[in-house]
Amino acid sequence: MMGERAAHSVVRSFHMTQDFRFGMSNVLTVRDLRKSYGNLTAVDGLSFTVGRNEILGLLGPNGAGKTTTINMILGILEPSSGAIEIGGVDLRAHRSRALKGVNFAAVYAALPGNLTVYQNLRIFGLLYGVKSLASRIRALLEQFDLEKFRNVKYGLLSSGEQTRVSLAKAMLNEPALLLLDEPTASLDPATAREIRAKIRHFALRGQGGVLWTSHNMYEVEDVCDRVLFLSHGKILLEGDPKALPREHGKQTLEDLFVAVAREPLTLQD
Amino acid sequence: MYSNRAAAIVLRQFYLLVGSPARVVPLFAWVAIDIVLWGFITRYLNTVAAPGFNFVPAILGAVLLWDFMVRVMQGITTTFFEDVWTRNFLNFFGTPLTISEYVLGLVLSSVATSSVGLVVMLVLASAAFGLHFLAYGFMLAPFLLVLFLFGISLGIAGCAIVLRLGPVAEWFIWPIPALLSPFAGVFYPLSTLPQWMRYISRLLPASYVFEGMRAVVSSRTMPPHPLLWGFGLAALYIVLAGRFFAYIFHHAVRHGLIARYSAESVS
Repeated sequence: MMGERAAHSVVRSFHMTQDFRFGMSNVLTVRDLRKSYGNLTAVDGLSFTVGRNEILGLLGPNGAGKTTTINMILGILEPSSGAIEIGGVDLRAHRSRALKGVNFAAVYAALPGNLTVYQNLRIFGLLYGVKSLASRIRALLEQFDLEKFRNVKYGLLSSGEQTRVSLAKAMLNEPALLLLDEPTASLDPATAREIRAKIRHFALRGQGGVLWTSHNMYEVEDVCDRVLFLSHGKILLEGDPKALPREHGKQTLEDLFVAVAREPLTLQD
Repeated sequence: MYSNRAAAIVLRQFYLLVGSPARVVPLFAWVAIDIVLWGFITRYLNTVAAPGFNFVPAILGAVLLWDFMVRVMQGITTTFFEDVWTRNFLNFFGTPLTISEYVLGLVLSSVATSSVGLVVMLVLASAAFGLHFLAYGFMLAPFLLVLFLFGISLGIAGCAIVLRLGPVAEWFIWPIPALLSPFAGVFYPLSTLPQWMRYISRLLPASYVFEGMRAVVSSRTMPPHPLLWGFGLAALYIVLAGRFFAYIFHHAVRHGLIARYSAESVS
């Protein structure tokens, strides 16, 4: 695992060097993003980036604004103000073009249960305009060990199998930006580890970046290159998930999470 | 606009139909029952009414045309309801799919499903009850076109209402054809209606079709002018329904209703 992470860092450094040379360092740029519902502000001036080959963790207690942020990046929720650029394309001005380079998997976004695994992948492949779709689906079925479920309806699969199908769908278009909202929630530890490995592989080998939300701090520490802690719609802390706890006098990332959830004011600069 | 993305919506509907007899049977069963029921009623009416007037093209033909329009509308709404029932909006609208591509996919799905119903009705009405569509002459095509366009506009407007009010609003949509039928003059001339109802009838493209159909049946000719009004109104309603759907969609995106659609949080 350490070897893979080290290789990940080397590859990431290489890509970042390449990207900076061509001025394309970030797959996602979010500037001063806000979302208000009447007097309630769900997201309050977020600015951050996701680089190529980077896995960015978006952390925070329930209601901190993580899913609202992801929904805005997906174009299914209009920001009150601010800008989102995906691969340099402005989402508000060119929604369809920007979303070609995005895909997502979320625990609350189950695929249609009345379609088979293959049918779901084919339909979403068409929606994303995937070239050589048949061979892409074959490769993903093999990669996610789904061949035996090819003609099984999605709704009949176990939650672990459904997560694998959702991830296969999320990687259909080899997205520049992969959004994952608690992708391992409700999975057993073995399946969760397997899923994490596949996502790390995606970030390591591909050209994309990942924005990942999770409440499992051990998972975040294991997977993420960088994390943002959100509280009440604002970024409270940012940094390396391995170094952040020590920098704020905490033993573990989970201790830091609890502190953010309970006493956010004590952690503000 | 990318035709592949509209094709994806049609393909989804095809997969669902192929895999589910419960979806295939309603494509033809209810319209077939209607044709059989009204076929016998018209046959009976021909035996008790004064000779010289044939109820088959006037009544059974009207039932067929009306059912065709209803199938067109329901072809759109049921395709849309598949996304409601499977909570699929987040998955679909988180892709590059545009509203116009989505609506085009609904319309194309409806063309396919309503054609099945139309063919079944034509075969049954002509084979079992002697309804000859040559009785309408060349007017059959414009009759079907106006009703097709009106059915599409009703379907798109119905989808917008459900998108705005939530899944339970589905029950507002099913009775829309029944609500409109008294004003459309499906079975009787508009002159039968009181004046206030006739004002509403003039706004319905279907009423021009049924008036025209009766004119053709009784005199074999009809002035083209009223049917052009019907066509113009139907085309106008499609544009308005499309704008209405786009407005409701943008409202849903502004207020987060796409992501939390099942909450039925009207705001």
